[in-house]
Amino acid sequence: MNESVIQPEVRATPSHRLIGTLGLIALLSGLLVVSVFEFTRPYIEKNHRVALERAVFEVIPGAVARREFVLTERGVEPAAPGIAGIVFHAGYDAAGGLRGVAAVAAGRGYADVIRVLYGYDPDCACIVGMKVLESKETPGLGDKIITDARFRANFERLDARLNAAGDGLANAIVTVRQGNRHEAWEIDGISGATISSVAIGRMLNAGAHDLLPRLRPHLDAIRNVE
Amino acid sequence: MNAKTPDKSITADTFLRGLWRENPVFVMLLGMCPVLAVTNSVANALAMGLATTFVLLCSSTLVSLLRRHIPKEVRIASYIVIIASFVTVVDYIIQAVSLEIYNALGAFIQLIVVNCIILGRAESYASRHRVSKTLVNSLGMGAGFTIALLCLGSVRELLGAGTLLGQPVFGAAFEPWVIMLLPPGGFFVLGAWLLLFAWIKERQDRRQREAANLEARAHAG
Repeated sequence: MNESVIQPEVRATPSHRLIGTLGLIALLSGLLVVSVFEFTRPYIEKNHRVALERAVFEVIPGAVARREFVLTERGVEPAAPGIAGIVFHAGYDAAGGLRGVAAVAAGRGYADVIRVLYGYDPDCACIVGMKVLESKETPGLGDKIITDARFRANFERLDARLNAAGDGLANAIVTVRQGNRHEAWEIDGISGATISSVAIGRMLNAGAHDLLPRLRPHLDAIRNVE
Repeated sequence: MNAKTPDKSITADTFLRGLWRENPVFVMLLGMCPVLAVTNSVANALAMGLATTFVLLCSSTLVSLLRRHIPKEVRIASYIVIIASFVTVVDYIIQAVSLEIYNALGAFIQLIVVNCIILGRAESYASRHRVSKTLVNSLGMGAGFTIALLCLGSVRELLGAGTLLGQPVFGAAFEPWVIMLLPPGGFFVLGAWLLLFAWIKERQDRRQREAANLEARAHAG
């Protein structure tokens, strides 16, 4: 048999219609996203502010108010858009006395970058609190840096004194094997979360080494803030 | 224009097929990435299930509404833009509702864009049915997906942490099976649920075959 098969004619949609349809859908989608963004922005900003405030008060015991500063080449300045430098938070008690400062430290953990907020008390020259802000460490193992009360107790009074020259820490903050802590600047590690707990020690040491020597000359300025 | 299959009336099956016969996780094995990744707790599973259901409902509804106006040449591109918009919306909403849940779900919220359940529903169902029917079907699919996530999340949290929704269930003597919270635990629990589903379906099919055989014999006799 030699029958020719008649194919039904398929008419292609004109290009202008394709472009118009995609353009209209993109326009509607853009309007939707922008509207929701504008509507949710105040709530999102409030959530971030509350989370940060809660974390600052958690790592600076006794603080009930906070102010955000930036440590620049010129000294300490109140945080404002466009000012670059090391951002830190000063925590004050109800009487307006400085209870400590809090700053973010970050470093590579087992799964991803870990970000922590640590509190520093200039009176005892020690770290008085640590809170993990961001971590993707293994649930049940690496995340013991968040859940293990024994590990968190390391940061109730961790020695962070400066050396005689004032240009660095007197003793490097290090994480030691679980049960082998002998010095005030050592962090008792976690068996089963070795990489994560060592990472915490490393990032605190680096963060404190960067911030504290440069902050010390300006502590009075922070204390006397109106 | 897309194919115009005749719309039939909405029945209970329109909703229920997503829960059981065409369950996206246990039957169609779709959306495995979030199923395995975020079901290490009930709260995460519930949040991901609700977020996916929201995107599924909204995108399917819009696709169904526009089905006669979207040329077939650009339909997939259009569906993806629509889905991505609703994923962005749900991303902002979760951030506004709870930062803790947002941080716990991580990148998997944005990855809803590439969840095959949503694009699959848009292409195979929403583009061929009227809005009301699409809405009911999407709701069933979303509920089926959420229930599947909860099935995995509850078992993993219970065995892996000894808690349900953060509340301790077992005594202090319980030693958590940490592996259940890790990726291998997701595969173990999913495998167990698939086995259970397959066994129940097999039993149903066998009963139906036996009933049909008995009927045939009765007619022959």
